[in-house]
Amino acid sequence: MNASLSRREFAAGLGAIVVAFSLAPRVASAQEPPRLPGSLQTNRRLDAWLRINSDGTATVFTGKVELGQGILTALRQIAAEELDLPLDRIAMISGDTSRTPNEGQTAGSQSVENSGTALRMAGTEARAILLDLAAKRLGVAAEALSVADGVISAPDGRKVGYGELAAEADLKREATAKVAPKPAASHRIVGKSIPRFDIPAKVTGGAAYVQDIRLPGMVHGRVVRPPRYGATLESVDEAAAKAVPGVIAVVRDGSFLGVVAEREEQAIKARTALAGSAKWKGGPELPDPARIHEHIKSLQSKDDVIGVKQAPVPAGARTLEATYTKPYLAHASIGPSAALAEFKDGKLTVWTHSQGVFPLRAELVQALKMQPGDVRCVHTEGSGCYGHNGADDVALDAALLARGVPGRPVRLQWMRDDEFAWEPYGAAMVMQAKASLGADGRIADWQYELWSNTHSTRPQSTKGTNVLAAWYLAQPQHIGPPQGLPQPAGGGDRNAIPLYDFPSQRVLHHFIAEMPLRVSALRTLGAYANVFAIESFMDELAAAAGADPFAFRLAHMKDPRARAVIEAVARKAGWKEGEKGDGTRGRGIGFAKYKNLACYIAVVAEVEVDRASGTLRCPRAYAAIDAGLIINPDGLISQTEGGIVQSASWTLKEQVRFDKNGITSRDWASYPILTMVEAPKVEVELINRPNERPLGAGEGSQGPAVAAIANAFAHATGKRIRDLPMNPERVKAALG
Amino acid sequence: MAISLKVNGASRPVTAEPDTPLLYVLRNDLELNGAKFGCGLAQCGACTVLVDGKSVRSCVTAIGSIGDAQVTTIEGLGTIDKPHALQRAFIDEQAAQCGYCISGMIMSAKALLDANPRPSEQDVRAGLAGNLCRCGTHNRIIAAVLRAAKETGRT
Repeated sequence: MNASLSRREFAAGLGAIVVAFSLAPRVASAQEPPRLPGSLQTNRRLDAWLRINSDGTATVFTGKVELGQGILTALRQIAAEELDLPLDRIAMISGDTSRTPNEGQTAGSQSVENSGTALRMAGTEARAILLDLAAKRLGVAAEALSVADGVISAPDGRKVGYGELAAEADLKREATAKVAPKPAASHRIVGKSIPRFDIPAKVTGGAAYVQDIRLPGMVHGRVVRPPRYGATLESVDEAAAKAVPGVIAVVRDGSFLGVVAEREEQAIKARTALAGSAKWKGGPELPDPARIHEHIKSLQSKDDVIGVKQAPVPAGARTLEATYTKPYLAHASIGPSAALAEFKDGKLTVWTHSQGVFPLRAELVQALKMQPGDVRCVHTEGSGCYGHNGADDVALDAALLARGVPGRPVRLQWMRDDEFAWEPYGAAMVMQAKASLGADGRIADWQYELWSNTHSTRPQSTKGTNVLAAWYLAQPQHIGPPQGLPQPAGGGDRNAIPLYDFPSQRVLHHFIAEMPLRVSALRTLGAYANVFAIESFMDELAAAAGADPFAFRLAHMKDPRARAVIEAVARKAGWKEGEKGDGTRGRGIGFAKYKNLACYIAVVAEVEVDRASGTLRCPRAYAAIDAGLIINPDGLISQTEGGIVQSASWTLKEQVRFDKNGITSRDWASYPILTMVEAPKVEVELINRPNERPLGAGEGSQGPAVAAIANAFAHATGKRIRDLPMNPERVKAALG
Repeated sequence: MAISLKVNGASRPVTAEPDTPLLYVLRNDLELNGAKFGCGLAQCGACTVLVDGKSVRSCVTAIGSIGDAQVTTIEGLGTIDKPHALQRAFIDEQAAQCGYCISGMIMSAKALLDANPRPSEQDVRAGLAGNLCRCGTHNRIIAAVLRAAKETGRT
């Protein structure tokens, strides 16, 4: 087989013909378009990314969406920098299936790397095109021209604005990526803490969220979900719900049940009436929550060995073992998921806070048996999601309700218990570590196993239909078999391969297909749990070796960027080697290079233990982070602070509660999170590396933060908690 | 039925049942976006508004119970062009990620500063203990309230 034959051509049944043609090298190379950087690879035309308008402004398109992480401000900075335009002359259009590039999901801390790179390259190329046009018009070599604020000047003072060149500028062509972007030293906008453009409206009651859209004739929807997974609707008194004033329609399709009313409170009353009369049956029992980790380990797994290094273990090495667990965690958005859907003339428009409008559209098309051209999904912000929450599900719910009242837009927000009981959780996990410590105090061998479900059942991640209501229709569709996410980024095994220099190591990932509870992507996927286990175990080994945790890490780490963040955070936190905890106070350190591909970050946490009540608090944390070239320093600090506080909440308080009959975490009392009183004070130090590529950073801090807290507890008390969360019950048990 | 509410200094007639939670009237009838639905259970604070200066959870406050009392929402504090000291401070501190909880935070902070214009950090934390934030913006929210207190004290 000729090497230049691509899989796609072969699959298309053209194999024989292509083999014949591919003997001619020129034809073969024409068939393989050049690899373009970032998301330009999949959205190759310049005008997919930006347009120059006759008024001298630019419209910039991105498939990535604002989730509260400040991405639209960062991307605007990148585009403004390369175009040499002021920020206020750039309009951002994001996440609209009829207007923007398809960049899949906004997830995994990849927006700056993918969309940012595309905009950087497209912006610089568009600027070069404008310069060439100006050169012709002014009769001057392009190299002699200068650009400021969208105005091109010749040495003799003549000027031409981008707006005057807009009509001639041909951006309807494929990017070449041959124009070098600005060197970091020339950056004027990138690298500055530009205030976020969305915040003023958000603090003054401006329309900012999908919940704030009001269309003419709009009505309000609510849904009624079964009491547990998989239960089917036997009967319901629709008449009683229809008698509630204002109710326009009860929509039932199999076991999908919802209601539409003129007013929102009427829809809520009708939901209560429907829920009261609905009779459900069936649905599998959930496993015993007290034994959930044993249960997961007992399920059938597909095993992958990764990160193997082999070397003989020296004689006389000591072996240590420890097992760690992580519970199911909820995204627990403050605002329940919401969507607005309108069915008009056979076409569906959905305003959604989904992380991926294109994958969502594909799911809606599948679930509703429509054509892609008849469905438009438009991103509008919602409450922060932190991964795959109910955003996509509520979009289908709203579409089903809107189909029941064609011509009338339906706005639907889930109730609190809809979100808690039905969102897909971050998977429960078990991590088992075993290491040999040589007589020289160095780790000679590292063996690590983890058990986990998938970390993505997002739209389009399997062959089935991945939106909730589709599974409950009269003609149900089903979720496809879950897939693991491949290394090196990984899913459950994200960050499972330690970055330390161990001569011998092996990581075994037990991928469990069967999902007792619904799970999907929660910020960091498996990295939070794996970094917790790896970094806790590093401290256990350091203790066994009689070494300081900081020095022990450095002794096993060659990567200079990793060493730099570890050293910086220790400095910032005033780390004293060999310092002892006093029984109630301590401090610990945690480190990771997120995904082993993205930002480097180390965290030091300080804890206080109330031994009588078992309350563990983390009043203060420090971080040092290296995310390569920094686009927006304050944005990076904000994401890092937020990640640490969220991780402290997961670590100290959170677990999804359930019993055999279903999910019992249904409100903030049954799923408490960290309050304003409990939040740690966080200080972040940035290490800027302007000549390195920007690295994803939104999810960097959670793993190091949990490890730092766990290690701080052990430092304070001499006892170790290996099961999350570190709630009072666990603290008291650990202290005996 | 027709009920008249005093909202942000104006008399606003609405037609809704007296047991209707204030939140839906503010959002849907009066088209005020600030107060948010978070839980409907008075647990999270996203719907916080002031009634006669006291912070209340509008998701569980029936409009029929308000009578002549003055309702203040975040729209009544200031505007994007003329922000209130608290709104200005939240912008200056970049104290929002998704921002969904922030209107409620600011309204609780308003009630706090009205009662205690010179709060300590601990006072601010305690005053906002009933408002949940999920993005982890806590540090900046506290800093913003302290900044507003300082700046209000100066003028």
